[in-house]
Amino acid sequence: MGSYIQSTKAQQQEMLQKIGCKSIEELFSNVPSDVALTRPLNIPEGMSEVEVMQYMQDMADENTVFKTVLRGAGAYRHYIPAIVKSVVTKEEFVTAYTPYQAEMSQGILQSIFEYQTMICSLTGMDVSNASVYDGASAAAEAVAMCRERKRAKAFVSACSNPDVIETIKTYCSGNGMSVELIPEKDGVTDLEALKSMLCDDLACVYIAQPNYYGIFENLEEASEITHSIGAKLIAGCNPIALSIIKTPFEAGADIAVGEGQPLGMPLSFGGPYLGFMAATNAMMRKLPGRIVGETVDHDGRRAYVLTLQAREQHIRREKASSNICSNQAHCALTAAVYMSAMGADGMKEVATQSMSKAHYLKSKLESIGFESVYDKPFFHEFVTTGGKMGAKKALEALEKNGILGGLLLDDDKILWCATEVVTKKEIDKAVAVLEEVGK
Amino acid sequence: MKLIFERSVEGRNLTLLPKCDVETAALPEGLARTSALNLPEVGECDISRHYTELAKGAHGVNDGFYPLGSCTMKYNPKVNEQAAALPGFADIHPLQSVETVQGALKSLVLAEELFGEITGMDNVSFQPAAGAHGEFTGIMLIKAYHESRGDSKRTKIIVPDSAHGTNPASANMAGYTIVSIPSNEEGCVDLEKLKAAVGDDTAGLMLTNPNTVGVFDKNILEITKIVHDAGGLNYYDGANLNAVMGVARPGDMGFDVVHLNLHKTFSTPHGGGGPGSGAVGCKSILTPFLPLPRAIRNGDKYELLTKNETSFGRVKEFYGNYLVVIKALTYVLTLGAEGIREAAQIAVLNANYMMNGLKDAYEMAYPGFCMHEFVMTLEGMKKEYGVSAMDVAKSLIDHGIHPPTMYFPLIVHEALMIEPTETESKETLDEAIEALCAIASEAKSNPEAVISAPHTTPISRPDEVGAARNPKLRYEF
Repeated sequence: MGSYIQSTKAQQQEMLQKIGCKSIEELFSNVPSDVALTRPLNIPEGMSEVEVMQYMQDMADENTVFKTVLRGAGAYRHYIPAIVKSVVTKEEFVTAYTPYQAEMSQGILQSIFEYQTMICSLTGMDVSNASVYDGASAAAEAVAMCRERKRAKAFVSACSNPDVIETIKTYCSGNGMSVELIPEKDGVTDLEALKSMLCDDLACVYIAQPNYYGIFENLEEASEITHSIGAKLIAGCNPIALSIIKTPFEAGADIAVGEGQPLGMPLSFGGPYLGFMAATNAMMRKLPGRIVGETVDHDGRRAYVLTLQAREQHIRREKASSNICSNQAHCALTAAVYMSAMGADGMKEVATQSMSKAHYLKSKLESIGFESVYDKPFFHEFVTTGGKMGAKKALEALEKNGILGGLLLDDDKILWCATEVVTKKEIDKAVAVLEEVGK
Repeated sequence: MKLIFERSVEGRNLTLLPKCDVETAALPEGLARTSALNLPEVGECDISRHYTELAKGAHGVNDGFYPLGSCTMKYNPKVNEQAAALPGFADIHPLQSVETVQGALKSLVLAEELFGEITGMDNVSFQPAAGAHGEFTGIMLIKAYHESRGDSKRTKIIVPDSAHGTNPASANMAGYTIVSIPSNEEGCVDLEKLKAAVGDDTAGLMLTNPNTVGVFDKNILEITKIVHDAGGLNYYDGANLNAVMGVARPGDMGFDVVHLNLHKTFSTPHGGGGPGSGAVGCKSILTPFLPLPRAIRNGDKYELLTKNETSFGRVKEFYGNYLVVIKALTYVLTLGAEGIREAAQIAVLNANYMMNGLKDAYEMAYPGFCMHEFVMTLEGMKKEYGVSAMDVAKSLIDHGIHPPTMYFPLIVHEALMIEPTETESKETLDEAIEALCAIASEAKSNPEAVISAPHTTPISRPDEVGAARNPKLRYEF
């Protein structure tokens, strides 16, 4: 029923006549009859706009939107400033393709250049690309970047997000690199174990900072150990935490990657999110994907273009550094607007408040019998036991009260998270609910 | 245009957050950031005006005709955006319990059924985030299939020389050696060359049909049979599905696995380079190897399949670019069976109408009817008047039209590839034909004017060589 075709039937006839064709079917004469579909597609009849919105609304209503979210584990609910939504819905940004034609795409190109600059500021690294799909694929691409002729092994911290570990493993099973996990010890990467694992064919080490359990790793020591054998260190970063903690560059990382969703993107059931990637100058030409550079036009004016394209698939084909073509440009724009709106002070405030609320939540949980599993400095996530009633029951009780509690990990453990949008009142309520159930 | 950093004034900011209502936690010793965090210090009005200015320096489908071949720049319906912005989709956490996301799981199962039917495939994964990501996923499925059969000698993927660059790059990422086969005079697969290329080391063939020169390969059943007979599988690059949806299905052409570009064929916006969605459909022989988790129906409930022994792994966090899937689903539900087929038909009509309108002014690389796009070669024009495909493309910008795809496919010299899509009106096509014909005349009468185009844009042609030689990839504070 719905249609976005604008030519009328009369115009279509006129067009056919001009081409010298009796019917539209004639244009499909190359499609052999034994391949052509002889029946209508078995999908529902089309809908009017009113009907389709009702249909989608009904489906959306079957999902629960929690007012209080104490769950992170790779997807974080932060405040999204009104200006961010206003800017990113501008249709010139929304409906443009990749900026192949620089002369009519300076706005898009400049926005990416600004994004790259901000990612460099945040991570302390020299160069950033224009984005990849998400934090997990960014980590996997970073691992692939480190491969050298005699180095085809990657060590990945067991304290990384499981999705990141699995994605790295998938990419490596494709390109023939081998992956080993660096074991966890007391909630952090076991650096003594890393030392004992070192080998000449090690390409890189991946460690998340903070790690999956929210705990701060000793990235500097990991860097020393990794570099002692000539391998590269990849830091997986939370972009909010980066505003207050030592940058991956300061800690000695060669590549910094991460999930950029906290920078202004809604939870969206997992996507679209943003993979950010930044590296040292030495690794610039191994970065995958689009990169925007500054240059001048024919008349000497400042201009922006897609650059270093000799790395990319449309030029290098099977020899390209990656197959990536479309990325998450609109999400990168979102992140840039978010960081502009927040500014350095705002970013630090988001980080500090998130961390403070998480610490408050932890102390309150501890007071009612949820024991802390790891006694280590943490950012805005932490792990506790399931308290008196057990983890599963605790989370169900919260859910019944409109609160999305932490994530159930194995063995009766809960991974909690708090961000700046959670109020003290909400935390107190959650704890009261748990206390009541535990009685 | 000023950079946002050049608008920065020390001490300027927005008031966004309330005071912290709990005790402030302190970072452990030695962990605090010591280097400056250089972000712009701007007000809300600054931001609004800055990005409005940048938006004016961008060109989307909303700004005008965008006949970028192979990219299917059709109109992006606004109801799709409205549906995806519903809080019930946009504000749900990916790790909520399945009981609280029944609608989301239902939408994925429904989308799987619809896209499965459109492509003639049994199952669909929405985890891949873009076309190239889908290609990688599809090739990994093929790899997992051969490995599951203990068939380890299949190390090669065959790719025609007309293929998108992502095809060989994706197969390489999956660990395959690429065998490139030349196309025949019609731009189609050369059957003899294909027969000579296949063998017991063939893992599969990657093909676009209609192909990148806009021609439907009428030997398609024979092609896929040759590969199957050799023990390989057939991969369908869905970049050009817009030409045949509702008319013919990859699954009926002998393909085992297909990726779709929901951001092309199914009308979701491209956002200046993404996010897209590279949904992958496959025949049931490949289903066991699909990435997890997958939404599945169990009676009248929906669940997430998170574990099995056979999946080749995961290519991304969570379930893919979910909101893009919601937009594409809204589109398919709006069009329905008839609308889908009609879209393909009019896309093909529009392309043929433009091709016909241009055939006297330009040389067509493959004369005859085309499908949804066609390729012109400007080799003659370049030889005779010194005006290249690039020059004509840049000149189009002065007419408010986004240039076609240039210098692709690689098998056509001085190529311009035009794909009007079904959502453009006859008037728009007439204007574009007129503009291109005017440029062709100008190329003869005043080539210098075309060579120096564009003349109406904020910048003239940029120095790309200089940009790559002395990379300046960020603002220096």
